[in-house]
Amino acid sequence: MPEIDLTPLHPAIEPYISLGRSGLLPALYAAQKIYGWLPEEAAAEVAKSLRVPLADVHGVIEFYTLFYNEPVGKRIIRVCTDQACALKGGDGLLDHLCKHYDVEPGQTTRDRTLTIEASPCLGLCDQAPAALVDDDAETNISPDFHQYDLGIPKSIVGGSLRLLTANCGNGATTLAQYGEYAGLQKVLRMKREDVINEIKASGLVGRGGAAFPTGIKWEGALKAEANQKYVVCNADESEPGTFKDRVLLLDDPHRVIEGMCIAAYAIGASKGYIYLRGEYPYILPVLETALSEARAARYLNEDFDIEIRLGAGAYICGEETALFESIEGKRGFPRVKPPFPTTNGLFDKPTVINNVETLCNVPLIISKGAAGYRKIGTEKSPGPKLFCVSGDVAKPGVYEVPFGVTLREMLKMAGGVAGKKKLQAVLFGGAAGAFATSAHLAVKLTFEDLRAAGLPLGSGVVMVFDETRDMRDVLKRLGHFFAHESCGKCYPCQMGTQRQKEILNRIAAGKIIDGDLERLQDVGWTMTDASLCGLGQTAASAVLSAMKLWPEMFKDEGGRMKDEKKKVESEKKIVAKTKVIKSKAKPKKSVAKKVAAKKIVAKKAKPVRKKILKPKTVKNKSKPKKKIIRKPAKKR
Amino acid sequence: MAENVNLIIDGQDVSVEQGKTLLEAARENNIDIPTICFHEATTSNALCRICVVEVEGQRLLQPACIVKAAQNMKVQTKSERVIRARRTVLEMLASTMDLSDAPEVQVMLYDYGASSSRFPDAVRRESEVKDDNPMYVRDYSKCLLCWRCVQVCADDAQYTFAINFDGRGFETQIGTFFDKSIPETSCVLCGQCVAVCPTGALKPKREYLLEKGVSPAEISVMNTGRKRRKN
Repeated sequence: MPEIDLTPLHPAIEPYISLGRSGLLPALYAAQKIYGWLPEEAAAEVAKSLRVPLADVHGVIEFYTLFYNEPVGKRIIRVCTDQACALKGGDGLLDHLCKHYDVEPGQTTRDRTLTIEASPCLGLCDQAPAALVDDDAETNISPDFHQYDLGIPKSIVGGSLRLLTANCGNGATTLAQYGEYAGLQKVLRMKREDVINEIKASGLVGRGGAAFPTGIKWEGALKAEANQKYVVCNADESEPGTFKDRVLLLDDPHRVIEGMCIAAYAIGASKGYIYLRGEYPYILPVLETALSEARAARYLNEDFDIEIRLGAGAYICGEETALFESIEGKRGFPRVKPPFPTTNGLFDKPTVINNVETLCNVPLIISKGAAGYRKIGTEKSPGPKLFCVSGDVAKPGVYEVPFGVTLREMLKMAGGVAGKKKLQAVLFGGAAGAFATSAHLAVKLTFEDLRAAGLPLGSGVVMVFDETRDMRDVLKRLGHFFAHESCGKCYPCQMGTQRQKEILNRIAAGKIIDGDLERLQDVGWTMTDASLCGLGQTAASAVLSAMKLWPEMFKDEGGRMKDEKKKVESEKKIVAKTKVIKSKAKPKKSVAKKVAAKKIVAKKAKPVRKKILKPKTVKNKSKPKKKIIRKPAKKR
Repeated sequence: MAENVNLIIDGQDVSVEQGKTLLEAARENNIDIPTICFHEATTSNALCRICVVEVEGQRLLQPACIVKAAQNMKVQTKSERVIRARRTVLEMLASTMDLSDAPEVQVMLYDYGASSSRFPDAVRRESEVKDDNPMYVRDYSKCLLCWRCVQVCADDAQYTFAINFDGRGFETQIGTFFDKSIPETSCVLCGQCVAVCPTGALKPKREYLLEKGVSPAEISVMNTGRKRRKN
């Protein structure tokens, strides 16, 4: 194997050098595009060019699952094994591919042409089972795996309203089709305060999951004094079961951009970012085209322009402060709040960060006026809402409705439970949500009614499970998802998601240990109560709701509830066989072989420890190691 | 002098200077709040969550190390919710890592009635001892990820940036650039990481050898390879 040729790297990362550390993720992407992975020499060169410490560059590569520090195949297939795809045979698809190419999940074929990985939710739930083949979505894969759609995924749109989705369903809407940014032109003649008052009066709250009042957020950023402010569009749509933002971005990018322009004017921001999920690479060219059109039409100009940033495989980066860290070129660790983004956001400057759907509501509010907008929906939940309906329904897709339709009506729109089966459960709000049953069919889909029913609206996920589904398998996948996506910063979530996963695995396997119910509750409540950010605080939400709905599921096979004495005894016995993650023993080598030996140890030890996170061991471990010219790791 | 704020901690009226944290307010008044990741010399990240307390009007438990004391605040440092969170975090720590060199955490386990065998069949974080430089030994089986070493190596003290993180989530570990040995990194052997380590995951080489039963005389023989100053 030839040594790493660094000559193509310099022109590739040149555009990001002036960005400094903030250019790290784009520069790593550029390097990975050349080499297929991130060899040490390339990472070191990126570090040197951007003046980022070597250890920090490595820390960033390690954090994001879409960056590889070991060789991978020329093509990468990421098969979704999350909830919605699992219902449609995602596991079987992964298994079939792996058998066909004679690899384990996470491995690369011997000829290095292909790597196959399992992936968390790809946001293609309405066309499950699905996979990502390099930058293309592979959807609607037939049970025999021979038929599928490849490329940009279709947008399936339904519902009783077509306001937010007016331009959705027919591919990307060009600027000519979208028409003038009438809302922006209107606000440019208004005072900033009046724009914000209009948004406040509309009652718009965030559609990403936290439901924070948008107008109040904007007001905070307007009032904060600073020489620079930012508007950020959170397009890191990663909540399992959520795919509405994918549809909006793909089909109507100008609505999002206009929403950002209005927000920028309202708070006085001169720069905007769209942080796009790394698993949506096919949206990138659509957005780039739309931004060029908006620049040509002078909607984007010296006063306000937008840059796209691509995430790299980290659910946590949907958390607003983790997203800022990611744009700043760091590991996606959420920050402690306060201070809040409106005063100390991106680059520590006042920032408004809004979800894609929230921003799409903005031009609508401006054109209709707050009073007109409030005619849609209910008094306390005004406006239209997009729901992502997936799972065991006849017609999955994005459904636009006014707030206030009932769950029953929503399911009816989606053709009811597929195959004339009975409804068992609905997962509301995504992995971070809660379960509902047929007892909740009359619940109106509004913030106030759902709250009263103990259900979160979250990002608008309505994932349906029919009577034949094993809910223990659903819980197992939830457990796996959060353990995979915890950033590892705060203790309750870092260890709690792992322990929760282990217990849920036992429950799914029917191997419950006495006391598991109490353990699960303690872990769940500790994460909910004491975690640093929203991920940990909601990582047990669905599990705790399942414990209330189906307590019998958490008992062992004999249906016994815990027995305190037995619990203590059985724990003592089991401690002896406690599992261990172990690095392989470090072979002792003479000083002369030191460098080469270390290389081998590093390669061998790594995949073992990282097995759960991103297994990508190359099958043939004994391949000859290339000679490496080392750059001294100097402090800069 | 800054103004004082008056608050109630565990039913006790407390008055502290404005700008102080709940942790400072409690400790000034002899109210015990345990901490793990907190250190006076490093930026508080509120990540161990052992110092969480219940603040009236707040939905979630609040980390005392960073939340500022405010006028009329009502704080519970030993409520049922607080105890459950602390005990569970401690039990999870005991099921995850080797706490044998962390006496403070062991005392906490005892104080909170935390069972070190609460989580049977649990995956532990374990790794080989890294003995790759003349000054200190790294045993990440004992690391509880308080971040202090990374912080002092970076902009909390030394600006050396030799270490950062490997992995993510439960599988996070402190690491160097592509797992290089310490002498191959920018480490200047300042020893500050060793000084702030709460668990013996970072240990002076000499202490490590003495604990292994190597005598001082034997250790000094090991060092004969080093050039000594004449006279």
